[in-house]
Amino acid sequence: MAGIGGAETTGKKARWGLVNVVVVVYALFPVLWIVSLSFKSKKAISEGGFFPTEWTLDNYAAIFSTTEFIRPLFNSIGIAIIATLIAVVFGTMAAYAIARLDFPGKQLLVGVSLLIAMFPQVSLVSPLFNIERALGLFDTWPGLILPYITFSLPLAIYTLSAFFKEIPWELEKAAKMDGATPGQAFQKVIAPLAAPGVFTTAILVFIFCWNDFLFAISLTSTETSRTVPAALAFFTGSSQFEDPTGTTSAAAVVITIPIIIFVLFFQRRIVAGLTSGAVKG
Amino acid sequence: MADIVLDKVTKKYPDGALAVQEVNLEIADGEFIILVGPSGCGKSTTLNMLAGLEDITAGELRIGGERVNEKAPKDRDIAMVFQSYALYPHMTVRENMAFPLRLAKIDDKIVDAKVAEASKILDLGQHLDRKPSNLSGGQRQRVAMGRAIVRNPKAFLMDEPLSNLDAKLRVQMRTEVSRLQKNLGTTTVYVTHDQTEAMTLGDRVVVMRGGAVQQVGSPQYLYENPANLFVAGFIGSPAMNFIPATLENGELSTALGTFPLSDKVRRMAERGRRPVREVIMGLRPEHLEDASMVEGANSSRGATFTTQVDVLESMGSDKYAYFSISGKRASSAQLDELAADVGVSDLGAGQTVARISAASRAKEGSSLDVWVDLDKIQLFDPESGKALTYSD
Ligand SMILES: Nc1ncnc2c1ncn2[C@@H]1O[C@H](COP(=O)(O)OP(=O)(O)OP(=O)(O)O)[C@@H](O)[C@H]1O
Ligand SMILES: [Mg+2]
Repeated sequence: MAGIGGAETTGKKARWGLVNVVVVVYALFPVLWIVSLSFKSKKAISEGGFFPTEWTLDNYAAIFSTTEFIRPLFNSIGIAIIATLIAVVFGTMAAYAIARLDFPGKQLLVGVSLLIAMFPQVSLVSPLFNIERALGLFDTWPGLILPYITFSLPLAIYTLSAFFKEIPWELEKAAKMDGATPGQAFQKVIAPLAAPGVFTTAILVFIFCWNDFLFAISLTSTETSRTVPAALAFFTGSSQFEDPTGTTSAAAVVITIPIIIFVLFFQRRIVAGLTSGAVKG
Repeated sequence: MADIVLDKVTKKYPDGALAVQEVNLEIADGEFIILVGPSGCGKSTTLNMLAGLEDITAGELRIGGERVNEKAPKDRDIAMVFQSYALYPHMTVRENMAFPLRLAKIDDKIVDAKVAEASKILDLGQHLDRKPSNLSGGQRQRVAMGRAIVRNPKAFLMDEPLSNLDAKLRVQMRTEVSRLQKNLGTTTVYVTHDQTEAMTLGDRVVVMRGGAVQQVGSPQYLYENPANLFVAGFIGSPAMNFIPATLENGELSTALGTFPLSDKVRRMAERGRRPVREVIMGLRPEHLEDASMVEGANSSRGATFTTQVDVLESMGSDKYAYFSISGKRASSAQLDELAADVGVSDLGAGQTVARISAASRAKEGSSLDVWVDLDKIQLFDPESGKALTYSD
């Protein structure tokens, strides 16, 4: 009997494994293509095969030798981190309030944040452009950070309030009975339990800010605040008439690296079921 | 340690629900008080007001002689054990138990000593470095108790602390709670649903119904002298039998027959302000007996009727004989409420049960002479539910 059961699960595992491989290959193929392109010499690019016939690191050397790429990379990292930090802090507070408290205007707050999340961002680009120019925010870091916070907050609030709702109310009561102030109860009991949610949210918000092209291209004009996705569009080869495919690919590969690091770094923290064992038997 | 006084404490929730009305209760220092009553009667609300987790709408709460209505939970120095245990899942057992002490900024050495002491009392020594999620239900329950006892609070509050345990473990933990409370001598307020816990644990039992206190007293006193139908039906298992009766010329006519009133019962019944004709007769199962089992000396203060046994359950030490009564059923608002809580449609209509001697030769389906202890008959006014035979 055990043998039959074993064979069944092995078969199941094999099937699932196959499906997984298909999905992963399908998703990763364009990425691999870009990686391959970034290692191709100019001649190899024009040949068009998947594997480079001629390997080279020239493209990487090229992008790191100009401020055309380094400065936007610096902007991207700075802007995305600051926006993520602020959005997550405010999002945590708002989500906690929404999950735990009954206050007048709660439904309104939830409704408005949903509205913001659904608003087509394209339609806001020209007004924002004008507003930022009038306020002197155009082509500055805050000029990008502000809209990023605005559009990632709803996402943060939604993700986080789902996590907060999972935490048993009684833990907070227990902390209060154990002598904690509301602040201590939050800091020592609720926050550690909400940590997986906070990290998940941070990753989502960071990716949103990191990948944004629309605001980056319309609200910046120089290297002082242009981020990498926008800068890529301005890439040229060493001469105006040269094809920048190789360098663009190299840059694209480089900017996926921080995301991978970010996810790997926080992934360890996203332990599902952290709250298990809090209640009952 | 301290005494707790509830002075006309009332709770009205923001949505208008009146959960607790004018509860007066004086809990002595070191006393073990049980709050019992059907679901939704305001037990948890009362406990949460003691804890400071719910505001008190009106009235005054004094702990150790001091008004604490406005004090935050942390300033009341009271520990609470929750039904769900509410252990901190990200902390080990040791950290869970040390948490209240750490918040009080107590010296590390003392914290360690106190945790060690509590874990010894509760037999948690070998689990100190494990997380709550890896513990069994009973162990979690003990950790919750441990977290409460480490800091020697003025009082313990427990809200159905054993209701998540299986039956066997519940019995075991019940004795453990009782022993713990006796050794520590800490004032304890304990909420429960469970008959047995209510009867066995407390010094005094508070029976609540619809947010109001029905009766307060020692378990034995409540059992023998229920103030009204609700308390009579709630305390005791199997529950008291309720049979409609008419009171006339010192005699009780019921569907079972006519019983003379004993002097004791008549004296108490006649104290009533108005002469009540229609009454509800209450009879505990153990005050009914197989007539052939009753000794001569006792039989004189009893009466006998004959009935048909529907079901006979042997419990080993004694037997439960169930029989039905023809005619109308005992009905009263309080009985209906009790019936709704235990989940039967009508308590007064259920079967009548007698707890008879194990030696009885009664058989299912055959008739049986049943002896009634007339001294133990209780009479209730069906309208108000008040006991006519109640002596203060
Ligand atoms: N937060 C609340 N808002 C409004 N009404 C409430 C609230 N909590 C409880 N109530 C009401 O107050 C009454 C008493 O509730 P409580 O929780 O004290 O009952 P309980 O005796 O503990 O019942 P149980 O045995 O089921 O736990 C109930 O009728 C309930 O509906
Ligand atoms: Mg309750």
